[in-house]
Amino acid sequence: MSQESSTSLRTPLGRVRGLGAAKSGTDHFWKSRVTAVANVPLTIAFVVIILMLSKRDYAGAVKLVGQPLVAILLLLFIGSATYHMRLGMQVIIEDYVHSEGKKIALLMLNTFFAIAVGLASAYAILKIGFAG
Amino acid sequence: MARTGPAERPLSPHLQIYKPSITMVMSILHRITGAALFFGTLLLVIALVALASGSSAYGTVQAIYGSFLGKLVLFGYSWALFHHMCGGIRHFVWDTGAGLERGTRMKLAWGTLVASLGLTILAFVAYLAG
Repeated sequence: MSQESSTSLRTPLGRVRGLGAAKSGTDHFWKSRVTAVANVPLTIAFVVIILMLSKRDYAGAVKLVGQPLVAILLLLFIGSATYHMRLGMQVIIEDYVHSEGKKIALLMLNTFFAIAVGLASAYAILKIGFAG
Repeated sequence: MARTGPAERPLSPHLQIYKPSITMVMSILHRITGAALFFGTLLLVIALVALASGSSAYGTVQAIYGSFLGKLVLFGYSWALFHHMCGGIRHFVWDTGAGLERGTRMKLAWGTLVASLGLTILAFVAYLAG
């Protein structure tokens, strides 16, 4: 049972649906900002790495991504960026999709997409790094 | 009696009734570029998985990304990336409570656009200069 007493002003329906404060406070905002701060230097590093990659053939590209510093910067960028984009897309979905079922499905897809992109990228970088 | 649906109440006016302002356009662009970058990560994961898969897969990706259309998409992606980054920095300023006065926020909004276009051109020049 919830802590609410029988004298609560909350309707039974409201209680069943669990509507009300999400008890998460500024958690979403804060995570969004922490990843955003990390993203600034990591994005600049990412762009520099991509510019370097654009001038290399396959062997050169494998060698570059296999460098520990490059691989680590790419991994950090992927991790921070996919986390950040999941938070951002969540807000977009919550703002525009009002049908409950559709919203929950899209929020799940959002998480799946972010994790799939992040994990696949990380796997590819690690494979290249450890193979060399 | 518990209500079962959303209340029939007047809604606040939305975008279409306001005269566009630069801060409003930058706010909208921040969301649009964010959403574009969300899907744009596919460009990165495809390239990385191709690179990990072997030279023929990477060659295919290089051919597609290096085509005119591919370059156009990558150019747009890089602008979206820089624009969202600059917009984010503007939000950091606002988060401190600073820069919300009319003159300052207009300057910040224009600054976001100028900086993002400048950085995109800089990256493009660096690409061409090799």
